Amino acid sequence: MDGFLLQIFSGLANGSIYAAVGLALVMIYQSTHHINFAQGEMATFATFIAWSLIDNGMSYWLAFFLTVGIAFVGGLVVQRVFIRPVERAPVLNNVIVFVGLLVIFNAMSGWIFDHTVKAFESPFPTVSAVFPTYISGHQLGSLGVTLAVLVVVYLFFRYTPIGLAMRAAAQNPESASLVGIRVSWMLALGWGLASAIGSVAGMMMAPVMFLDPNLMAGILLYGFAAALLGGIDNPWGAVIGGFIVGVLENILGAYVIGSDLKLTVALVLIVGTLTLKPNGLFGRRVVTRV
Amino acid sequence: MNLLEVKNLNAWYGVTQALFNVSFDLKQGGITTILGANGAGKTTTLRSMCQSVKTSGDVVFLGKQINGLATDKIVRMGMAHVPDGRGTFTGLTVEENLRLGAYTRKDKDAVGQDMEKIFERFPRLKERFYQQAGTLSGGEQQMLAISRALMLRPKLLLLDEPSFGLAPLIVQEIFEIMRNINKTDGVSMLLVEQNASLALNLADHAYLLETGHVVLSGPAEDIRSDESVRRTYLGY
Repeated sequence: MDGFLLQIFSGLANGSIYAAVGLALVMIYQSTHHINFAQGEMATFATFIAWSLIDNGMSYWLAFFLTVGIAFVGGLVVQRVFIRPVERAPVLNNVIVFVGLLVIFNAMSGWIFDHTVKAFESPFPTVSAVFPTYISGHQLGSLGVTLAVLVVVYLFFRYTPIGLAMRAAAQNPESASLVGIRVSWMLALGWGLASAIGSVAGMMMAPVMFLDPNLMAGILLYGFAAALLGGIDNPWGAVIGGFIVGVLENILGAYVIGSDLKLTVALVLIVGTLTLKPNGLFGRRVVTRV
Repeated sequence: MNLLEVKNLNAWYGVTQALFNVSFDLKQGGITTILGANGAGKTTTLRSMCQSVKTSGDVVFLGKQINGLATDKIVRMGMAHVPDGRGTFTGLTVEENLRLGAYTRKDKDAVGQDMEKIFERFPRLKERFYQQAGTLSGGEQQMLAISRALMLRPKLLLLDEPSFGLAPLIVQEIFEIMRNINKTDGVSMLLVEQNASLALNLADHAYLLETGHVVLSGPAEDIRSDESVRRTYLGY
């Protein structure tokens, strides 16, 4: 029983990170109907920046917030420079740009910070203050941090005028421009936010997995699974999907398929969702008049 | 002074030209209507005002050339648009739709007062305040679309077929409210309608479009009373 609870808690901790990545993917999907394949590599690159700041003597939390800021600006710049020119281009052009970004960010991580595996410190105590037998200090901490991010994102979209404008621009770009919203900038802001959320996920994952240029490659798959399972057009579905994927992966890994095959869970979930329930658990069914 | 002056306006969708040298103007405080059949270029004319299509020619609003300006700049000058198909944000609540209408305004206190004023005009929107706009009836959505546009405190209101798809009684109600808005708030309007008799009753000036050309223009009164024009072009 103890072992089972342990798996659940550690699944929730991982799941919160998948939830954050899933949310980042959904945010960009909602406004552009594209999946940003480079989301994971952008997060890895941001995590390397955090590592290098801490390595140069900066305190953890200062480095953390600075990195989130850098990731936000970085995401904004990427949208303006690389994505905006293909905004109206066919899907395939966008996919190619995304794959290009994936390769570029992956290569930059390796080129600038080299390929050796680095230890990334956790800001949290090793022993958790609550339920120390079931959850580690870092797991509890990262669960707390990602939940805080989700709450902040929710409050931002629900209660601020810019958040409202971003939702409007994602939903109905033409009407949004008719009420005076600069739609193209709202898309850029969305990229910045998604990139910032991704960077938090990266920094929370790095102490668990060690830091190397492929840190987030697997996590992105879990993030996809989370987003698809929850419904690709529903941000809160992606969050719930993230927790489901995290717990499921841990339980199956511990009791059924063994830890080597864990990533397969994500792939099976992706294929399963797409074939059995393409709209996901909480997704909206889109009906088009022909 | 004319609030809006349009001279030799051309508009294109891709390589297809939809408007040819369209010229018209709109008096301060007036209501001008653009009539015509399907595909005559009525909606395109409205879309040209806020640069949603590719255009050439002069569009002078408040004495300033606005052709070539970004849409959001034109909106900030006080041009509100109730587009074709209402353009409601269906996934957002009535409240959020109205707040978006005032997105460019800085005077946040007055925005609250304006919302109250709108509820006096459209009490039904107050009942639906926290409801998703997509769950509203067609008439309520049209009221919401007009209200959203009014939240800008516009100098010019562009209306694209406000009668579309609505029951005759609701249409009467909405046109009555539009007349009232024009009289009491002094909002000028550019109205596109297929229902010519309705539009001619409300407007003071009318222009008739046929395949992208202005074929007839004049005071609404004259066009309404000219039987041959009515039979040939307006079909009633």
